[in-house]
Amino acid sequence: MSDNELRRAVWTEVRDVVGPLIGLAAVIGLFALIGTEYYLGADNLRLIAKHTIIVGLGAIGMTFVIVSGGIDLSVGSVIALAAVVTALAFNAGAPPLLALFAGVGAGGACGLVNGLLITRLSITPFIATLGMLGVARGFAKYLGDNATVNSAESWLTELTTSNPEPSWLLVGPGIWLMFLLGGVMGFVLRRTPFGVHAYAVGSSEATAQLCGVPVARVKLLVYVICGLFAGLAGVMSFSDLNAGDPTTAKGEELNVIAAVVIGGASLSGGTGRVAASLIGAFLMTFLINGCEDLELRNYTQDMIIGAIIVAAVALDQIRHGRTRAA
Amino acid sequence: MQGEHDAVLLTMQGVGKRFGGVVALDGVDLSVRRGEVHALVGENGAGKSTLMKVLSGAHRPDAGTMRLDGAPYAPAGPQDARRAGVAMIYQELNLALDLTVEQNVMLGREESRFGVVRARAMRPRVVDALALLDPALRPDTRVADLGPGARQLIEIARALALDARLLVMDEPTSSLSAEEAEALFRAIERLRGRDVSIIYISHFLEEIQRIADRFTVLRDGRTAGGGAVAGTSNEEIVERMVGRRLEEVYPERPAAPATRGEVALEVRGLRGAPLPAEASLELRRGEIFGVAGIVGAGRTELLRTIFGLDAVRAGEVRVASLSLRHPTPRLSLSRGVGLLSEDRKEEGLALSLSIATNLTLSRLAPYVRRGVLSPGGMRAASVRWAGELAIRCDDPDQPVGTLSGGNQQKVAIARLLHHDVDVLLLDEPTRGIDVGSKVQVYRLLAGLAAAGKALLVVSSYLPELLGICDRIGVMYRGELRVARDTVDWTERDLLQVATTGEL
Repeated sequence: MSDNELRRAVWTEVRDVVGPLIGLAAVIGLFALIGTEYYLGADNLRLIAKHTIIVGLGAIGMTFVIVSGGIDLSVGSVIALAAVVTALAFNAGAPPLLALFAGVGAGGACGLVNGLLITRLSITPFIATLGMLGVARGFAKYLGDNATVNSAESWLTELTTSNPEPSWLLVGPGIWLMFLLGGVMGFVLRRTPFGVHAYAVGSSEATAQLCGVPVARVKLLVYVICGLFAGLAGVMSFSDLNAGDPTTAKGEELNVIAAVVIGGASLSGGTGRVAASLIGAFLMTFLINGCEDLELRNYTQDMIIGAIIVAAVALDQIRHGRTRAA
Repeated sequence: MQGEHDAVLLTMQGVGKRFGGVVALDGVDLSVRRGEVHALVGENGAGKSTLMKVLSGAHRPDAGTMRLDGAPYAPAGPQDARRAGVAMIYQELNLALDLTVEQNVMLGREESRFGVVRARAMRPRVVDALALLDPALRPDTRVADLGPGARQLIEIARALALDARLLVMDEPTSSLSAEEAEALFRAIERLRGRDVSIIYISHFLEEIQRIADRFTVLRDGRTAGGGAVAGTSNEEIVERMVGRRLEEVYPERPAAPATRGEVALEVRGLRGAPLPAEASLELRRGEIFGVAGIVGAGRTELLRTIFGLDAVRAGEVRVASLSLRHPTPRLSLSRGVGLLSEDRKEEGLALSLSIATNLTLSRLAPYVRRGVLSPGGMRAASVRWAGELAIRCDDPDQPVGTLSGGNQQKVAIARLLHHDVDVLLLDEPTRGIDVGSKVQVYRLLAGLAAAGKALLVVSSYLPELLGICDRIGVMYRGELRVARDTVDWTERDLLQVATTGEL
């Protein structure tokens, strides 16, 4: 590989994350400037990392769905269902690892149902996953008998701790797991035939069909992946609360979608990067945390976050010259 | 006919424009008379679009002068040009589908009193403009209920309501049916009568012969001739466009059917849902089989049903003597059958993805090692095909949507070659590409046939079918009829079968 090719290969890999990184730096810089000393302190950074796990894991799966031109509105409910399932499995005497897989599996099952509704019955993703949003939430409440399912501590609890053992881990193992899976899934999306097929389906489904891409299988798989990651996020919610709360993560799907979109993905499909989505997830947490640091009221936070999402997408549009002259 | 009618409306003299180091326009002269239809022809990349952008104020020229109606003309922007009476009619139409014709025509300049639209005050102008273009157009129709031809007329009506004196139409018939094109030509006739001048850009020389008064040829950013259309043959115009004598637009084909090999594709009693109604054919290696017919006769459906994009209701497709009762694109591709879509933008290519991805999408396998793709391999393959097919691009990673139409089409064809299919189903392979690219595509197809591939070509352009095919069949109301050797066909006979079903 010549120097020139190498440079181009590197540039191809980084060019899509530069924008979100600048955005993240801007948010951190702003709050560092106007916030308290505590904001960039080690304790707070650990807290931010911890708070990013759920949105971050959700965003990894959601990136696949959005790249392929779909949407998954059921993520928040699936997180709650997976958390309850994990708690129930654990309380029923399952070893922690098995409980973890039960939670992830519950998420995957929801994703499978979403995918089947979309590919077999040709229901639009918006409607199919909107249905799942209700069903999964209701099922979580039913399983938990309309109450939080409390559990004893186990190593699952340690996944989301802010003070990990050994201390050189700096942050809980759940965060490292998120980075690891983010790396793996980013690689899958960019460097496997399945990943290229997902981009192709999102960019032009007709073209993908013409080229013999197994469109239905690709779509099914992206929703299963999204479900599995929502399931894992549910396990993290269980870890954090030491309980399966059927009312947790309400509206979380919108934060997850926002993270992916802040990362530069287009809701019309065909673009998006896992790394960029994770940066988007961190941007969201730094923002929320910064607002709390300034002791802004809750409604102010909501408004700021809403405005930031729109601003991020607007900036991205301008950067890509996609806005039309009025 | 001296006097006012011959007066010059627009003159452009020595217009130059460069983008960085690239010279797009290098001293173009163009003069358009009042009330004339002036054809602007040239290959893609010759500078037609840039010249029109200079005219419409989207680009400022670096050199040269423009005069409109005798006065110096230097528009500061598109709005300025429109106020001066210069209007572009865009190919990608900018209409609000849910609004009525009238609302669209007056969009952005509604007359209102106290914030309420005064429909009655606007109506005469709208009715006037519509009546001039096509008396059948009603102001209250929803635009969504109209076909592409009528929508284009509404774009024109919009310009007329603004008192445009010079209209620029860029490939206005490319998405129109024959009847819609006729309606447009009639509208152009009437506009000419009202002293509106039209700059008409088209690749279809027959259209130019039919409606244009004079023409100007652009080549490599310069004026390469022009004059009255009457008395100038298509061949002469094409020669000026390409800058060399065109010995042969169509490549030399071996006349003897002896070169034909074994049967590569056999279609027996094929019926789709609802088209084709009945089609049988036999396609041999080394053969180019053409399918003629009018729009809606089921030609595209024939190819799609063979390939498996549309469902088979009855009949059989045999590829290399293996039967496929229910083909799917995947199965067809794995048997060595590939389809080139007539709809390059929506189906043929994923415009936002790179050239490399588009080219290799149907066959990524060679670049996969242990489940991992090698982007370097995909790029190298793209560079190789780009060289082989003379695809003009900077970088295999650039989105395919940034290429010109001709180069996009070559990428779509390159995908079939990359897939190494034996049977090529080609739907309108030269639609919307310039003459130079067309010649290259014809040569390419002839070369493929010579290399033993079997080609099934659908085209609406009869000279093209007569020029490149060994045999031609005609589709009429869903049925494939009368297939015979090209030497036994004339353009007239083809048209007769296409329109009447009988010879």
